[in-house]
Parts: sequence; structure tokens; C-alpha cells
Amino acid sequence: MEKVNLPDAAKIKDELLKVYPTKVARKRSKHITVISPEKEGDTIQANVRTVPGIITQRGCCYAGCRGVVLGPTRDIVQIIHGPVGCAYYSWLTRRNQTRPKSADAPNYMTYCFTTDMQEEQIIFGGEKKLKQAIQEAYDLLHPKAIGIFATCPVGLIGDDVHQVAREMSRELGINIFGFSCEGYKGVSQSAGHHIANNQLFKHVVGLDDEPIAGKYKINLLGEYNIGGDGFLLEEMFVQCGFTQVSTFSGNSSYNDFCKSHNADLNLVMCYRSINYMAEMMQTKFGIPWLKINFIGAKATADSLRKIAGYFGDAKLIDTVEKYIAQEMPEIEKVQAELRPRLEGKLALIFVGGSRAHHYQELFKEIGMKVVGAGYEFAHRDDYEGCKVLDGLEVDADSRNIEELKVEKDSTRFQARLSAEKKQKLEKGGIQLNHYEGMIPSMEKNTLSIDDISQFEQEKLLELYKPAIFCAGIKEKYGVQKNGIPCKQLHSYDSGGPYAGFRGAINFYREIDRIINTRIWKLIDAPWKEEEQLRADFATT
Amino acid sequence: MRKIAIYGKGGIGKSTTTQNLVAGLTEMGKKIMVVGCDPKADSTRLLLGGLAQNTVLDTLREEGEDVELDDILKAGFKGTMCVESGGPEPGVGCAGRGIITSINMLEQLGAYSENKKLDYAFYDVLGDVVCGGFAMPMREGKAQEIYIVVSGEMMAMYAANNICKGIVKFAESGGVRLGGLICNSRNVDNEVDLIEALANKLGTQMIHFIPRNNMVQRAELDRKTVIEYNPTHLQAEEYRKLAKKIDENNMFIIPTPIDISELEELLVKYGIAN
Repeated sequence: MEKVNLPDAAKIKDELLKVYPTKVARKRSKHITVISPEKEGDTIQANVRTVPGIITQRGCCYAGCRGVVLGPTRDIVQIIHGPVGCAYYSWLTRRNQTRPKSADAPNYMTYCFTTDMQEEQIIFGGEKKLKQAIQEAYDLLHPKAIGIFATCPVGLIGDDVHQVAREMSRELGINIFGFSCEGYKGVSQSAGHHIANNQLFKHVVGLDDEPIAGKYKINLLGEYNIGGDGFLLEEMFVQCGFTQVSTFSGNSSYNDFCKSHNADLNLVMCYRSINYMAEMMQTKFGIPWLKINFIGAKATADSLRKIAGYFGDAKLIDTVEKYIAQEMPEIEKVQAELRPRLEGKLALIFVGGSRAHHYQELFKEIGMKVVGAGYEFAHRDDYEGCKVLDGLEVDADSRNIEELKVEKDSTRFQARLSAEKKQKLEKGGIQLNHYEGMIPSMEKNTLSIDDISQFEQEKLLELYKPAIFCAGIKEKYGVQKNGIPCKQLHSYDSGGPYAGFRGAINFYREIDRIINTRIWKLIDAPWKEEEQLRADFATT
Repeated sequence: MRKIAIYGKGGIGKSTTTQNLVAGLTEMGKKIMVVGCDPKADSTRLLLGGLAQNTVLDTLREEGEDVELDDILKAGFKGTMCVESGGPEPGVGCAGRGIITSINMLEQLGAYSENKKLDYAFYDVLGDVVCGGFAMPMREGKAQEIYIVVSGEMMAMYAANNICKGIVKFAESGGVRLGGLICNSRNVDNEVDLIEALANKLGTQMIHFIPRNNMVQRAELDRKTVIEYNPTHLQAEEYRKLAKKIDENNMFIIPTPIDISELEELLVKYGIAN
């Protein structure tokens, strides 16, 4: 690899903090970690309140619950109880795609349901209008399930969405459940993920015990089918011989959620948004979870090998190896083609609660260097791994979010593997119920920055002059005004899919196209560089 | 026009005192509007001779945009204009937001306009200052004068002190001032001294001491103010005195709220512990 002389990350950290008032600098300092050569002792502050006055990337609790976790599900009617804007701006914004299994199977994702709360409901209460909305949705569509999402004003005036859900559920004979995911809860959208996990687990998971045909049964957790990622993975699982029971929640359906407890392994993609579900399914039903990553060809191959290794069937391992072998030549060909154009270029990634980790793989594969990465709404375990969980302080903001007490199911709990087998797998490099975090995969003298501020972003652009910056729509245009391309990794702009082997190729080519276009050199107006036309007034 | 808001602890007798005071002022020939700011909508019952008209919020809900002032204003004792804000049932919705909406609606409809030739507008506000909505009459110059109904009971004094904190908050921006404490006696020992001492601490006056008298309850049972029910009774005279004092009042201050330990000291010095 081409040798790149990087600036000293510790000095860059000092630069980022220099303009802050003392107290703010002290706080932000804990969120900025210079990756050390040994990495073992690198810690970071996360999942605490954003310093007031700082322009943050973060979203709200409601966005995490409705927008992220439930948004991609097609056949649960999702009624937003609140003013219309909350409904409209959480609708399809992440480009979640879905494919109903047949032409007559329901798909409500193209609809936006809301109680459209007005001043009258704020003053007199909105439960009556909510009931009407549920009735109306039922009369029109006869869904199997309805979810109700509480927005900020609902919490302020005290409408009881759960009581309404129970009442209407009894009356209509369908599954109706509420989410108390008012936007103001918690410190970021992370609170909403937890609330979504809790309610799906309480009201949906485990409702259908009908045995599932097929071998090597898996659920895919934390995959939201953005830009069609999930479609590629579904196809890949078929090729590898796995039986996919459900996805939480890309291209998902209510029925699949109901029977998801019949799987034998949970694959966790976005650890942050769905780890609660994985843990609760482990406790109640005995399904172990495996942190995998299908972003990046190597990561995909490693992940597939781990899954095959878990099931331990020689024939399965063979099928998986054949599949990998079949996909790799094209991967290597494209990598070799693009590397000369991308080698040694710098990237910064500030997105999500897992994506800033996953996407580093793809950049590495085309010879690029990720010099800074961080999450919007992650917790410390997303950075430092599950090893910090025991020592994690639970602050008041987190205590505000319900923690379900889950117990072993007396009849349906079934340990999927013995302690010995688990140990054996661990020796072979397959560690279950564990995530090692982002920091161990980062290179020394790079930066990990939590809840990055707009100022810090701009300063990094100035100091590193990266070839590309990856974030979301809020950051995109600010970055591009600096003459640096910004790739959205929440919604993929209009690109994708980027998962699995074929997705990796799409991503390599997309990054080459974005970085090597001439447009970034044309960003300054020509009259700033060239002599302008001069003339004098004619005199007679 | 003088715009006056009456605050005080729940159950202290704000509505009764306000209506009797209004009756007194009306007798003096003043033209008055009373705005009830309680979701129960019972602030004008004595002036109207019963629970009455459509509340502002009910009307707004039923009529939508097409609301006329006549739909919500009703004439009571000697031509007093009465209006009730109304609001949700207990335990639902947001009564505070309701009061904000309702007062804005009254303004838009011109209830306070010059041509109404009002001498006084009274706001009778529920309980303590519990949230932004209930502070509405203090905000943006909607009411300029506040009177706090209080008694010698500790919690009533505590509430009065809290209300003063609210007044301080809006004094700068809204220009609101405290006009005095009205002591609605509960027959607590040394009540006059105690409330005068409290008023002194707060930088204001006890504008009047209303003795306790069962005539008030009798008149209330008959849905009337004492002044209407038994005009020659001693208690009616007390309310007339209060009306006169308020009409002539020129002491308007920004209060100086005290802390709880000072309040307790007052009780030790003058009150029940003495």
C-alpha cells in the first residue's frame, strides 16, 4: 500500500478543542479518542446529552422508534399520533424498500397514517381521535396489526396510547400496540430503538409456534433494507443454504416477526439498534446471537464462514465456501481496477451506531484510509465492545427508558448449544453473544469521535482534506460547499445496494465515481482564478 | 381599562371573592368583564345565577372558525359581562393550552376593544401558577394587576409566595405588578398580623381582610353574590369596602418572594405557634 504521512491525530484533537470554552472542551475531550497502537485501553464517552449550543447530528427518540426500527415493516399499519409533520417527515425517508410475497399481500409502506393532531386535541385530549383513526384504518385495510407511535405533545398532555391500544384490540380482535416514543425522551434516537425493541418483543415475537421447515434457520437483526441491501442478503442466504425466518426489519412482515423465535441463530448487523432484541430472545428462547457484518467483501466472507461454522455441518461449510469462491474473482478484479485511482486517499465516516464501523471495511478494500470515524447515537459498547457493559454507568436519561425483565420461557426455551460447544466455537474464533466494537478495527493515529459537532466536522475537513466524507443529509451540503464530496450512509443518496459481494462492487464503483469526478475541481467560480475582462468607458 | 387577575391556592375562595368584588364595583357604576380561567367553568356562576353559557373552547370546538363574541359572552348581575374559558375534563388534554387559546380568541374577537368601554377586566385563574398556560393572564400585558387571595394557613401562604415568583418572572417582560393580598379569613389565630407581615415581606400590602361569614355560603347556595342575595348584610359591606380599596389602589409593585425558612419563621412569630 502507498505510504501516506498522516498528521498527528493528537494534535488534530487539540485543534478541535481549542476554540471551545473550558467546560465544553473538557466534555468534548472525552468524546474524542486518539486511537493508540495497542488500542486495549482506548475509552470514549458516549450516549450522554449533547452539550447545549453544539450543532449535533443526532435525531430524536421518535425517529429511532418509528423511522428506523418499525419504518421498514410493510404490513403493520403505523399510526402516528401527533401533528402531521411528525408523520410526514418520518415516512420513507431512509429509502427502505419492500417486496410483498404476492401481489395481493398487504403493503402499507406507501401510506402515511396520522391522527393529524390539532389544537382541539391538545386541549381536550386526543384519545378519541386516535380511536377513530384506528377504526378508520381497520375499516379500510383490515390489517393484522396496528402500531401507535406517540409524539412529543402526546406525552405532554398525557394521552394513554397503551390503554387505547388495549381497548381497540379487544374491540377489533387484532393485535394493536403502542410505543411511548415521545421525541424528547433520552439523549438521541437510541432511546427509540430500545422502546421499539421492547414493544415488538412484548407484543409480537413468539405469537406463532408453527414449526418452520428447512435447515440452518436464522433471523437477520438490524438490517433495514436501505437501497435494497436486504434483497441482496436474502438472495445470498438462499445460495448458501440458510433458511431465513425473519428480518428486523428490512423487507419484513408481521407474520415473520411472530415466528422469529423458531430460528436457531440471530445474526446482528446494526448492534446498536437491535441488540436488546437479540439479548431478550437469547434469555427467553435460548437463541444465541452472532455479530456479523455484510458490508465489505472480506467481512461478508468472514461472516458467512462464522455462520456455517456455528451450524458445523460439513455440507453447509462446503456450500458457503463454494459461494464465496464463486463471488471473489469479480471482487478482486474490480478492486484491482480501482485501487490505482483510490489508493491512499482519506475518508471520514460519521454515521449511525454501527455503520461507521461497517463501512471502514469497504474503504480498506479499495486501499483508502479511514482517518476518523464516529457514531451519532452509539453507546460505549459500540466503540469499545461488550467488555465495557458490566462497568457501564446507567445515568438518569437511560433510566427513563423501560428495561424489560425477561425470563426463560417455561415451555419454549431451548438451549441451541451446550457450554462445551460454545467454548469450542470460541476457540475457533466464533464468539457468540459478543461484539468487539469499532475501536479494535481502527488503525493507530486515527480518531474516533462521538456525537461530532458541525464545527468539528468542518475543522476535520480543513485539517485532513479528505477525499470523501460520509454522513447524512444534514451534513451533506455543508461538506460539499468545502469542495469535498459527501456520501450519505443513512439513505445512500440514490445509490445502493452496498451489502454482500455484489453490493461491495456497487460501492467501490460509486466511491470511484464520486471521488474522481472533475466537478470538485470546478467548484470555485472561474473569476476567482482568472484575470477578469477589463474595459474603460469610451470618452470622446 | 384596568386588567386584573386574581390568583391564590385552590379552594381559597378566589371565585367567590372575585364575583363579590365585581358585584361591589358594578354597584359603583363600573363596567366589567369577568373571564373565568378554570376548566370547570364555574367562575361566573354567582354573577349569572347558575352555570351558564357555552365556554370559549366548547364554542370553538363546535363552531370552528365561525365564532361570534355574542356566542360566548353573557350578561350577568347588573350588566356584568361574563365569559368562561372552559377546558378538558380532569385528567385529559392540556388545560393550560386551553387558556392560552381562549384568551387569544377573546382578543381576536375584540372583547377588550375600546368601543366596549370596559372599566375592568377580571381574570379568575385556577389554583397555583402550575404551568405556562395558567400564567397566561400575567404574560404579554394581558393583566397588569394581580391580587392574591390568601389566608393564614401555611399552604395558602406558601402558594401566595409561589405566585409572587411567577409575577417576578413576568414583571419585566409583561409589565405585570402585584396590587396586594386579599385575606379571605379562615379564622386562624393572629391572621391579620400574619398576613400583614407576609405582605410586608413580599413588599406589598394586605389590601383588605374579609372576615369569615356563613352568609357567603348561603348566598352561594342560592347562586348569588352576597351583595345581590342580602345587600344590607355586614358581609356585603365588607366586599364593598374591598371594591372601593381596589378601585382606589395605587400601590403596584414587583414582589420580593421569600424562601421557605423565612415563611416558617413568620408562622412561628405570628401564627399558630405563637
